[in-house]
Amino acid sequence: MLLPKPPSSFVRASRSLLPASIHHRRCNATLEPPPAGGHLPSIATSEILKTKRETALRTPGISWADESASAPPRTIIGGRETRKMNTYQAIRDAMSIALATDENAVVFGEDVAFGGVFRCSMGLAEEFGKERVFNTPLTEQGIAGFGIGLALMGHTAIAEIQFADYIYPAFDQLVNEAAKIRYRSGGTYNAGGLTIRTPTMSVGHGGLYHSQSPEGFFMGASGLKIVIPRSPIQAKGLLLGSIRDPNPVIFMEPKILYRSAVEQVPIDDFELPLGQAEVLVPGSDLTLLTWGTPVYHCETALHLLENPPSALEKVVPASLRSSKIELIDLRSILPWDVETIVESVNRTGRLVIVHEAGLTAGVGAEISAEVQKRCFLKLNAPIKRVAGWDLPVALQYEKFHIPDVIRILDAMLETLTY
Amino acid sequence: MASLARVKLARRLPTALRLQIRSVQTSADTTQLHEKPADLSQPLLVRLHEDSFQSHLCDAPSLEVQVTRAELLRMYKDMQTMRRMEMASDALYKAKLVRGFCHLAIGQEAVSVGLEHGIDKEDRVITAYRCHPFAVMRGGSIKGVIAELLGRQAGMSHGKGGSMHIFTPTFFGGNGIVGAQVPVGAGVSFAQKYRGDKNCTFALYGDGASNQGQVFEAFNMAKLWNLPTIFICENNKYGMGTSAARSSSNTDYYTRGDRIPGLRVNGMDIIAAKHAVEYARKWAVDDEKGPLLLEFVTYRYGGHSMSDPGTTYRTREEVQRMRSTQDPIRGLQKYIEDWGLASEQELKQLDKEAKAEVDAAVAEAKASPEPELKDLWTDIYYKGTEPPKMRGRERKEVHVY
Repeated sequence: MLLPKPPSSFVRASRSLLPASIHHRRCNATLEPPPAGGHLPSIATSEILKTKRETALRTPGISWADESASAPPRTIIGGRETRKMNTYQAIRDAMSIALATDENAVVFGEDVAFGGVFRCSMGLAEEFGKERVFNTPLTEQGIAGFGIGLALMGHTAIAEIQFADYIYPAFDQLVNEAAKIRYRSGGTYNAGGLTIRTPTMSVGHGGLYHSQSPEGFFMGASGLKIVIPRSPIQAKGLLLGSIRDPNPVIFMEPKILYRSAVEQVPIDDFELPLGQAEVLVPGSDLTLLTWGTPVYHCETALHLLENPPSALEKVVPASLRSSKIELIDLRSILPWDVETIVESVNRTGRLVIVHEAGLTAGVGAEISAEVQKRCFLKLNAPIKRVAGWDLPVALQYEKFHIPDVIRILDAMLETLTY
Repeated sequence: MASLARVKLARRLPTALRLQIRSVQTSADTTQLHEKPADLSQPLLVRLHEDSFQSHLCDAPSLEVQVTRAELLRMYKDMQTMRRMEMASDALYKAKLVRGFCHLAIGQEAVSVGLEHGIDKEDRVITAYRCHPFAVMRGGSIKGVIAELLGRQAGMSHGKGGSMHIFTPTFFGGNGIVGAQVPVGAGVSFAQKYRGDKNCTFALYGDGASNQGQVFEAFNMAKLWNLPTIFICENNKYGMGTSAARSSSNTDYYTRGDRIPGLRVNGMDIIAAKHAVEYARKWAVDDEKGPLLLEFVTYRYGGHSMSDPGTTYRTREEVQRMRSTQDPIRGLQKYIEDWGLASEQELKQLDKEAKAEVDAAVAEAKASPEPELKDLWTDIYYKGTEPPKMRGRERKEVHVY
């Protein structure tokens, strides 16, 4: 099904970019040479994704809207349904619930009434009316300011910035207004009703203005929250949590996962907690910390470490193949879950941080500084950061730009053998 | 009718030519008494100078205005009090008791006071950093403003904001970022429209801010969605130290809303200012005609901020001339006296009351304690949703929530 062609596509050609289908290349152990640029993650076969109803309903930290938070966790999960959804469908589901449960909620942004370029708001305008789901001009700073004004009046403003790369014109409104209004008004006002959704990270062929990861630029903006989900269940629960959080939240959605990550998503109204990291794979020898798309690259790297293909056997010492790596998804970038990370590194003595944004002053820099301070005497190796290069995301080099499986594996080997 | 005919003629001429011919005049004392009732509790009928307004894509308001003696006296007292407050702020700043930035609105009182007298209590106002009078008029207090400048607990933002960050339930504050309040104001008025409130939002900015991109973004959204936003350009002729003509290719700020109709107003005559605000309110709320752009032509006597003497980019003579010939308070004083509404003595009594009120507020503000250290850490995130700890200025200063 094709979207009605938005008029913006005539104006800004780059905006017509739609996510391409992801290449499902398996990292198998046969003698095939690795593809140029290294192995791509096998999101389709990831064990992190919850493709069964039972595991989906037992998502850690899940809180159901129809159950009291203080009630004891239920071991029986009967009566709840799940549906197979990809990430954009899960986000659409979350916004639909937000609109249905809060009559003051509105959804707006460039082309969202048509469903948005990534189809996250498909059919919402038809379902909830054009007064509540509406297109804005191409006017990012204006969208942010407008959303803040709405939030000041006590409304729930769910705004979309079409690509995270376009958020820079709104930087002032977000950092100076949304983040500070509670403080500078001495608590009289707040923009807590504001949630900015924006697609982020690399898509494989986005290039300079469609593959950036700007989360680090907001790290110093106390008063804001930044959330990046890794999967459909996470996207739905964290987005509902963000919309209902009484602070302004920038919700960055890894755009390559819109279609490629598929889970059984609970159809009921639920939230996942902000400010909490999640341990995906427990371990004791090294902490591997990441968020968003690279979660899957890291998962693949763990498999390569344990069971290297013949081409890599020479470089992966046998003694390291049984290393227990603890994989953590940070999920909330601001404020980030210092306690969970520090607790983990105190046990493992080693930390590798993986993110797509450039190395210099990226989120990894902040985490490294804090962890080395708190875990100084427990560290067995320098904290290693695997990140994008300090370069623009050049179109033809994108696969070499983002941290891939081989670079993550290499960083783990270096850190384990330090 | 003569004036209307002339306005119509003027609209057909190119802007540049029209400006040479006539512009809004900014005398503060040219309104003529038309009919004075025997009973002074009844409204007076006055007639504004025929060049009090210039309109763009709309009809200018009528020049016949009804005002009451009581209202004129209240406006006089309000303007006098606001000026006293700003002068007190000036003195406190120069005594080094105020830290940070401070922008005073001395000379521009007819805009803030005229606005408040023309609008509904439930309307919303948002403005830039020259915000003290608006904060008081919108339900704040002089003590709250002065204490905020002094960084005390009694400050309207509890000492966390300072001069540019003062709020009330219907006033969304001063704002330190030039132009940033304008799209926020559009969002506020969208909420009013969404709820079906019979109210509008007044989003003020200066002639300097009028060149910010986001101001035009807000214009477009407000017109596109027919929002009840009244944009007000307070044209005090200088954006910091650059005159309007040196910063703006089009200094007819009331025409810069593209399809948004505009009205240039003599912002030194408070009767004209109030009348224009009432016109705008009727436009947006009663008639639901969407946004309107008002340009108040006014003048600030002081510098842009406390660090600007205000004399390097304009002559002392210019400032002196404006003070002596176009002062909004003196103008209103003249009306009241000429029209026999109050004696000089009665007005002097109001002056004394204004001074006493401000003096008392300053004393109370000075007596207010400084904020407690614990409040450094509050109001960042919603209570209970903070990170477990926040870092302070040095290694050992970590606040645990």
